[in-house]
Amino acid sequence: MQARPARSSSILGWLLESRNGLGLLFMLPAAVFLLCFLTYPLGLGVWLGFTDARIGREGIFIGLENYIWLFDDPVFWLSVFNTMLYTVVASVLKFALGLWLALILNQHLPFKTFFRAIILLPWVVPTVLSALAFWWIYDSQFSIISYVLMNLGVINEPINFLGDPTNARASVIAANVWRGIPFVAISLLAGLQTIPQSLNEAAALDGATSWQRFTKITLPLLTPIIAVVMTFSVLFTFTDFQLIYVLTRGGPVNATHLMATLSFQRAIPGGQLGEGAAIAVAMIPFLLAAILFSFFGLQRRKWQQGGGD
Amino acid sequence: MTINRRRFLSGTAGLAAGGLLAGTLGTRHALAQASASMFTPEEGATLRLLRWVPFVTGEEETWNANTAAFTEATGVEVRIDQESWEDVRPKAAVAANVGSGPDMVMSWFDDPFQYPDKLVDVTDLANALGEEHGGWYEGLEGYARQDDKFIAVPLCAIGNAICYRDSHMKAAGFSEFPQDTDGFLELCKAMKAKGTPAGFPHGKAVGDGNNYAHWLLWSHGGMTVDESGAVAINSPETKAAIDYAKALYETFIPGTESWLDINNNRAFLAGEVSLTANGVSLYYAAAKDEAMKEIAEDIRTTNLPVGPVGTSVELHQTSTISIFNHCQYPQAAKAYLAFMYQADRMNAWLEGASAYCCQALKGFENNPVWTSNPVHAPYAKASASLRPNGYAGPLGPASAGVMADYVLVDMFAEAVTGQRSAEEAISNAERRIARYYR
Repeated sequence: MQARPARSSSILGWLLESRNGLGLLFMLPAAVFLLCFLTYPLGLGVWLGFTDARIGREGIFIGLENYIWLFDDPVFWLSVFNTMLYTVVASVLKFALGLWLALILNQHLPFKTFFRAIILLPWVVPTVLSALAFWWIYDSQFSIISYVLMNLGVINEPINFLGDPTNARASVIAANVWRGIPFVAISLLAGLQTIPQSLNEAAALDGATSWQRFTKITLPLLTPIIAVVMTFSVLFTFTDFQLIYVLTRGGPVNATHLMATLSFQRAIPGGQLGEGAAIAVAMIPFLLAAILFSFFGLQRRKWQQGGGD
Repeated sequence: MTINRRRFLSGTAGLAAGGLLAGTLGTRHALAQASASMFTPEEGATLRLLRWVPFVTGEEETWNANTAAFTEATGVEVRIDQESWEDVRPKAAVAANVGSGPDMVMSWFDDPFQYPDKLVDVTDLANALGEEHGGWYEGLEGYARQDDKFIAVPLCAIGNAICYRDSHMKAAGFSEFPQDTDGFLELCKAMKAKGTPAGFPHGKAVGDGNNYAHWLLWSHGGMTVDESGAVAINSPETKAAIDYAKALYETFIPGTESWLDINNNRAFLAGEVSLTANGVSLYYAAAKDEAMKEIAEDIRTTNLPVGPVGTSVELHQTSTISIFNHCQYPQAAKAYLAFMYQADRMNAWLEGASAYCCQALKGFENNPVWTSNPVHAPYAKASASLRPNGYAGPLGPASAGVMADYVLVDMFAEAVTGQRSAEEAISNAERRIARYYR
């Protein structure tokens, strides 16, 4: 009883001796790190979106003016549409092809390890480098694809990959899918290997077809992994920047401008920091929705265990 | 070769001057011209210059040699930092407003107008230089002077000119390059018919795309805003410019709407297009490559044709140098700039840049570089035809924002690709411009 007042008088003493205090102390570095490098920039970004800040010059609070302007800016809405299209199409393709690849790699193939290693290549190559390679592949005059098809007599003139809005969107999505598949495939492969072989064997003995085994055993057991992998994949795709910046800079006529690239264009070369920040902030609801969907939609226990809702 | 010899000579001259004066009281008497003796560096001064990454090695070498000669003559160390050209703007803006970092910046276009109150008034220096060297070109002066005050010293224009294949033009039935926009359209049609088409970028090419779009608009008398900064894009002139652009686009090689800055160079050097506009670097890319000798010998250059407006008007890239208020040694900085603009220094630099940089002062128009190769000649006129962006309005964040957001590039691209009608493209551009000039 005598020690108590002495202890409470010294905060340091309390921190060092109490279990909770010590815990707090140990968490402090991480908390400071998160505050400095995550909360502060995010908060600053949100704040800038409400100001008319320009590069190097502090802005004044202008309320929702940036958002009101963006609301009737067709270029902004086009970028929202492009971002949605890009994310949805690329993510679905990445998921389908990635899962397929994972299933193949999970079979007993010759040179299995070799294939598993090589599949990672597109993911390992720095994005800018692969984007530069795609830039040449899609060049309006020197595309290898056009060259081959022209020599085969399939087409008469080079394909206008990045000049036509539809082609340009398809081209950048294809490049993104190529780059994103390995991440999905390897992660799902890891998930597949955690599924006990005995379940499949038991089902096979009961006469289940391989399709039934896939839909009733593999898929439900894989959902937690799918949820995590696809959340990440969607987030990466949604915030993609490098690929677009190298390939088209958002052209032709903004047909491939994503919210991230538009935000950069307006904020840094354009100097309109406030407006750029507002575009970046406008991405947050979409990202939150994607996260919430995957966590509450895909991670429901019942569904994972094969039951209905 | 000539450049190297020149550099060697100027270098030794600097050394000799420095050596002679080492024992005397000051260095000001060594410098013959008036502007040179106007400023005496502060005791113990050092300077830092932020510049864009050089495009031509000869330019960098002569600039550095001139700087070394300045250090030799005055004892003032000058550190030169390089940033890729698109990064100079944000770096300089932050330096200006934070109040630390480089003392001087070699920046692009209307950058000084983003933070005019953070810059040292250089009117005395600029006026002295102007008087000594035949005056500043009007367009370049526009990028440096706010009302009656110089907030920057114009450095150079990076010229843009048409590069074409002479043999292909002749094969299309033209012996002379047409000087007006109508004749130019006919030439492009004829070249298209011969299978040697032209190509200008309608994509997000920061340099070439903006040069082309501004020329289209200005040569037809269009303007983004009037003198007071009120939006003036919606005009019959703009409509005429768009109609002309559409007709010209019909004659282009397919795919120009995806072109970034490098695409026209690639297509030209591969023989896919026979006419485009570019800096002199395109010619040198061919001239330096043994395999492209044939193309290099066939390349001719000329200025962009004159439109209904009656005179040659172009954007070009423009660079100026400004001194930040936070510079501790403004006299030294002015002395440095005065030194770099001395006739022999500036001439050596212009020659080192091998026609890439066009003089800002009329007195340097007889620099031997312009006559050393006929290909260089059109680039000599860059500063004369140059018009500041955001014409006819004031320079500032609005003019810079409109260009960085590709408003004009988009307007023409929307119309020529048929994505919008000319009227819709104009009203969309009008909206976007109004936003920046609110």
